[in-house]
Amino acid sequence: MTRRRSPRLAVSFSLTALLLSILSPASALSASKLKVVTATTDMAALAEEVGGDRIDVESIARGYQDPHFVEAKPSFLLKLRKADLLIVVGLQLEIGWLPPLIAQSGNSRIQVGAPGYLDASQFAEILEIPTGIVTRAMGDVHPLGNPHYWLDPENGRRIAQGIQTKLAEMRPNDAGYFAQNFQSFSQRLTTAEKTWDEEMKPFRGRKVVSYHRSWPNFAKRFGLDVVDYVEPRPGIPPTPSHTLELIVMMRRENVKVIMVEPYFDLKTPNRIASQTGAQVVVMLPSVGGEKEVTDYFKLFDYDIALLTKAFRAAGQ
Amino acid sequence: MKTVALLFCLLSCAPGILGAQEKNNTDERFKALEERISALEAQIQALKAAQTASLAAPAAAQPVPAPPSPLPDASAQTAERVAVPPPASSQPQAATPAQAPQTVTATPALPGESAGQLPVYGGASALAKALNPDVSVIGDFLGSAGRNPVRPVPALEMHESEVGLQAIVDPYARADFFLSFGEEGVNLEEGFITFTALPAGLVAKVGKMRSAFGKVNTLHNHVLPWTDRPLVTENLVGGEDGIDDAGLSVTRILPAPKDIFLEGTAQVFRGDSADVFKSSRNSDVSLVGHLRGYRDLTESTNVDLGLSYARGHNDLGSAFRTQLYGMDATVRWKPLRRAIYHSFLGRTELIWSQREQVGNVQQAFGFYTSGDYQVARRWFVGGRYDRSDQARNAALTDSGFSAILTYWPSEFSQVRGQYRFARYADNREGNELRFQFQFSLGAHGAHPF
Repeated sequence: MTRRRSPRLAVSFSLTALLLSILSPASALSASKLKVVTATTDMAALAEEVGGDRIDVESIARGYQDPHFVEAKPSFLLKLRKADLLIVVGLQLEIGWLPPLIAQSGNSRIQVGAPGYLDASQFAEILEIPTGIVTRAMGDVHPLGNPHYWLDPENGRRIAQGIQTKLAEMRPNDAGYFAQNFQSFSQRLTTAEKTWDEEMKPFRGRKVVSYHRSWPNFAKRFGLDVVDYVEPRPGIPPTPSHTLELIVMMRRENVKVIMVEPYFDLKTPNRIASQTGAQVVVMLPSVGGEKEVTDYFKLFDYDIALLTKAFRAAGQ
Repeated sequence: MKTVALLFCLLSCAPGILGAQEKNNTDERFKALEERISALEAQIQALKAAQTASLAAPAAAQPVPAPPSPLPDASAQTAERVAVPPPASSQPQAATPAQAPQTVTATPALPGESAGQLPVYGGASALAKALNPDVSVIGDFLGSAGRNPVRPVPALEMHESEVGLQAIVDPYARADFFLSFGEEGVNLEEGFITFTALPAGLVAKVGKMRSAFGKVNTLHNHVLPWTDRPLVTENLVGGEDGIDDAGLSVTRILPAPKDIFLEGTAQVFRGDSADVFKSSRNSDVSLVGHLRGYRDLTESTNVDLGLSYARGHNDLGSAFRTQLYGMDATVRWKPLRRAIYHSFLGRTELIWSQREQVGNVQQAFGFYTSGDYQVARRWFVGGRYDRSDQARNAALTDSGFSAILTYWPSEFSQVRGQYRFARYADNREGNELRFQFQFSLGAHGAHPF
């Protein structure tokens, strides 16, 4: 099988390379780069860790954008139609915009089920999988579980490993390079995790409130107790009665931190904060949420720095 | 089966030999039990082997073309995840007895931990459902107060119930069906297969579909920013049904300068579309062509331009043709950091119709211009200006305007009010207050942008 395949691959590679070198001699080298498109910046960051300079990575959604509500712009089709690999978060996070893009891309390599379609959720620990009846009376629930799973470094490691396997499958010649990159990433992550754990240690078990259910994996990993949400139900905007209940509860339980994603309005969180003395922390759920947060490590650095600062400011 | 057969034998033989051969009988029962046990053993072995095989399957292999969205295939995707190296061991929630909205965790096996799999009650049927298409129903209820002498609408009307059935057909195609249940009957609004794995970047559709003529013609009722369709659509492009016909469509992204999206679509239809095209013989096919150019100006603003052409034969017979030319322009604005709170969409469509009639050619022109602004997360305001000649007599011109207010209780329901004024060609006026309730069930696949 492999014997048969590799000459064909080699021929098609050399043909592509030849064609490209005719068109523009300078781009001959980059012709062999695997084109990876990801749904979100976090998947792009992880793919970059593993793929290094052997792949070109682009994300469709931006880090400061609500990944549930991305517009299916035709300009994304320009990226998708050339992609060799599409990495999605899955768990229906992209249900509102990715399926039509995939269908219209005219790219058979990245269709659902094709080798160039990778659902990263299969590698990760998934929390909040609803049991029993799921209805929309619960709001915009994700029947397959909470899709914000990349916010646990351990899941980051698992996803990176999954991506490594996939990349090695698609570019067997670079398998060693990808494996080496993954090992390096994993080691750096272990070191970083120690630091993060150390920083978060004094605040383990602290009660917090978040705007949306974006943080179950983060909270579990760093020992936070997310007691309630600004949204009465996932995807449902804050209501006065729920906000009032929240204020009462936060005073009673002495909750001093409200975590808000960068794409939500701060009006309600600020109001709650002013009545409870809590700190509003605009935490980033994704790489690229702020300019300086350029990779997976900086995402946790940023969030943990903000969070620990807020806990200290709240005098806890 | 064996056991049943044996039991049957035993029972049928029983009456005659019962008393005399009780010992023999017991022996045979033992034998039957032994056989049954060995059969069960074999089954267990087979199941174990199958499980090991699936656990050994590579993580990335996803042979089941799971439909992209739906609730039903939840179990399929989760089931796949179970069969993957870092296995998520809990998954049969779909089948566990219903309780309050509890949640569980798909715990990946820790190193050295065996992947214990919980039993899937009724698993066979759950897997069968996994391949069902996504089913959705969208209800569209319309009410109207006021007067319209030309196009009267009922005071209260369950205007349309659109049932959508969507799934991936096989590794090469997906299919979408939209059945529209109106007050008078059922109509296949669209039903087509899309070939997604064609070479050369081609995407082909075969079936009945809304043609790619302009923008409004491609849109289903529930995604329109209004309760009605513009006058130009009513007068020149077949109204609510529009150019919606059985045929073939081929689309391709065309080479263009960097950052410009250029797409061409060519379609052939049978030639029957509302009151626009009528096919009197097999060769009376209608043709539609569309060229679309799109560009992101910034990450929050983009422009979308289109040119359309359609031709077919009209209701006067094969010798009489109708040709339509269209131009559309759309500007969208949506700041990414506040995408769920604010947005703007401005759109205009210009349409020219050339209709051959006995002794003359009617050259009609019409257009609409509309704008919709999202004021808050759940609120939209909009306006539209309409003007259009009539296709059969271009000297007659209708015009009008609308003001629209829309509220979304959630992403899945919508309440809309629209004040509509129209001045028709014979100087009659329509003054209406229309309201609309829309509500959707199930997983309705997203519509193209």
